[in-house]
Amino acid sequence: MLEIRYFEEALEELFSRGLLHGTMHLSIGQEAVAEGVCAALDDGDYITSTHRGHGHTLAHGADPTAMMAELMMKDTGYCRGRGGSMHIADVANGNLGANGIVAGSMTIATGAALTQQMQGTGKVVACFFGDGAANEGAFHESLNLAAVWDLPVLFICENNQYGMSMSQDRSTAGGSVAARSAAYGMPGTRVDGNDVEAVYEATHEAIVATRRGDGPALIECVTYRYRGHSKSDRNLYRTQDEIEDWRTHRDPIERFAGKLVAERGVAQSNIDAARETARSKIRDAVQAAVKAPDADPADLTGAAYA
Amino acid sequence: MRYAQSVNHALALLLEQDERVFLAGEDIGVYGGAFGVTDGLVDRFGEARVRDTPISEEAIAGLAVGAAITGMLPIVEMQFSDFVVNAMDPIVNQAAKLHFMYGGNVEVPMVIRLPGGGGTGAAAQHSQSLEAWFAHIPGLKVVAPATAQDAQDLLLAAVADPNPVLVFEHKLLYKNEESVELRTSTAAPTALGEAVIRRAGTDLTIVAYSIMVGKALEAAERLESSGISAEVVDLRSLRPLDIETVRASVRRTGRLLVTHEAPAAVGIGAEVVAGVVESDALDYLLAPVARVCGKPIPMPYAKALERATIPQVEDVELAAKELLNA
Ligand SMILES: Cc1ncc(C[n+]2csc(CCOP(=O)(O)OP(=O)(O)O)c2C)c(N)n1
Ligand SMILES: [Mg+2]
Repeated sequence: MLEIRYFEEALEELFSRGLLHGTMHLSIGQEAVAEGVCAALDDGDYITSTHRGHGHTLAHGADPTAMMAELMMKDTGYCRGRGGSMHIADVANGNLGANGIVAGSMTIATGAALTQQMQGTGKVVACFFGDGAANEGAFHESLNLAAVWDLPVLFICENNQYGMSMSQDRSTAGGSVAARSAAYGMPGTRVDGNDVEAVYEATHEAIVATRRGDGPALIECVTYRYRGHSKSDRNLYRTQDEIEDWRTHRDPIERFAGKLVAERGVAQSNIDAARETARSKIRDAVQAAVKAPDADPADLTGAAYA
Repeated sequence: MRYAQSVNHALALLLEQDERVFLAGEDIGVYGGAFGVTDGLVDRFGEARVRDTPISEEAIAGLAVGAAITGMLPIVEMQFSDFVVNAMDPIVNQAAKLHFMYGGNVEVPMVIRLPGGGGTGAAAQHSQSLEAWFAHIPGLKVVAPATAQDAQDLLLAAVADPNPVLVFEHKLLYKNEESVELRTSTAAPTALGEAVIRRAGTDLTIVAYSIMVGKALEAAERLESSGISAEVVDLRSLRPLDIETVRASVRRTGRLLVTHEAPAAVGIGAEVVAGVVESDALDYLLAPVARVCGKPIPMPYAKALERATIPQVEDVELAAKELLNA
């Protein structure tokens, strides 16, 4: 979680210094969802990610230097500077990619799960999607198909309560995304997405069942995005008080750190050391990425085909 | 005023003067649209007429069809033109076909606004120029305003038209400052399907639309200083296509260069060239025709890669010089 937080904060800084291009969607405040889910996955399990994907990508074990390099338009980036923030993929490591199309990865995750079933790999696919994505046709088509075919896919709704400016109650009938799972006959649960252990437990339980052949499950993790939707957001659709309330009372990192110290006997100095380790890892990633060679237009010819 | 404000003015005028008009799209209300185009409209006209939708492109386009055939004048937005891919059925199989298929018994007076194009660093899924897909479909009309004036005027013309019209607005044009003659009536101030000559010239015809019109004009300026006189035709409408204006220009100049940001293959440029060579204008050509288009790859993210993918002023200039030397 710390690495994700510091990675995102480093991006904000780099962006303000003009070292990045385009826009980006930060997951500050939502780290527990990425971390809790990915911690429950085994080697060889897959994820699909979203436009807000840096956290998922890091939590699934990506190299922060290659991610930074991608964002800094370097040839050594995960996508050789072609993809950028919204399209980082670490395919060799089972991350089938971030996606700029809302719900765009849901049908893909379903297909990747079909491979696992047909090839009998015993692996599962964790499909991250936002609350807003639940109103795309692709959401419904994916859930239905995965359910009728008993595919080993976990649909992980990262419910940060807004799809851009649309609050969930303005956009989503039926009250919750988890409730929709019932229509497709699959288990659906709603957990505190800022409690990394709760996310882990729910995911772990679902994975055990899915690996057993019980078919897909849906987990809705309720969380909150501190920053604007993207760089152009004026936050006109929510109050500063609401943002502050989440930051000060429900921050996933502070909560977990507090719990470790208060209930698990972890020394504060260990927490501080973990922070420093994560910070320096991200700092190193930035420094290495800065020095990497730029992506080269000369390599573009024919690049659309394998 | 800015191009975006010109669109905003047209939308406000339509909402004010015609109660059948309503807007629907993602984040067009309090957010003001991803590019600020609908800023302030929800405050003036209310949530019933400026409707924030869930993220459901198929429903956005489909509701426009259903509302249009039952007496409303919907103007809906695809937040980025790329997302129209999720809405192809209502547009291509429904909106485009109903009037003909039902024997002329129904009209589909709907408008879809689609911010498109690259240059913003938004990469492959947020930068496309998909207009040619729709220009291929009988029953649809497609416009691509290059100026702030046309952003207003073609939108008004689109709403006045009884057919489904797609309005492609290039995202990089939104901030362009130009003087605009603001309309006070919703009557179509211009016809749909008429090209204009933005600059007269005698040595070659450069045909462009949307953002490439500005680049073509800049290239024409540079060519002027090399002693080459370029005529620049702004197509404005891609379907119907005003091929007569292009042919007449080619008869005068004897050379043809077509430029657009979309890749060349099966694109508007190919259609323009075919339209020219299918006529006697062919006999006036002194050189082969040229196309200056986007590279045939998905739009990359990195600045240098993106720039290399999008046709630039110097690409147009260079291709024009080659035509003159041919
Ligand atoms: C098909 C499609 N429609 C619209 C968008 C524009 N868009 C990008 S993210 C977003 C909001 C997504 O909300 P949610 O799924 O809740 O994810 P969050 O941004 O909250 O993480 C929108 C509307 C898009 N990228 N793709
Ligand atoms: Mg959301």
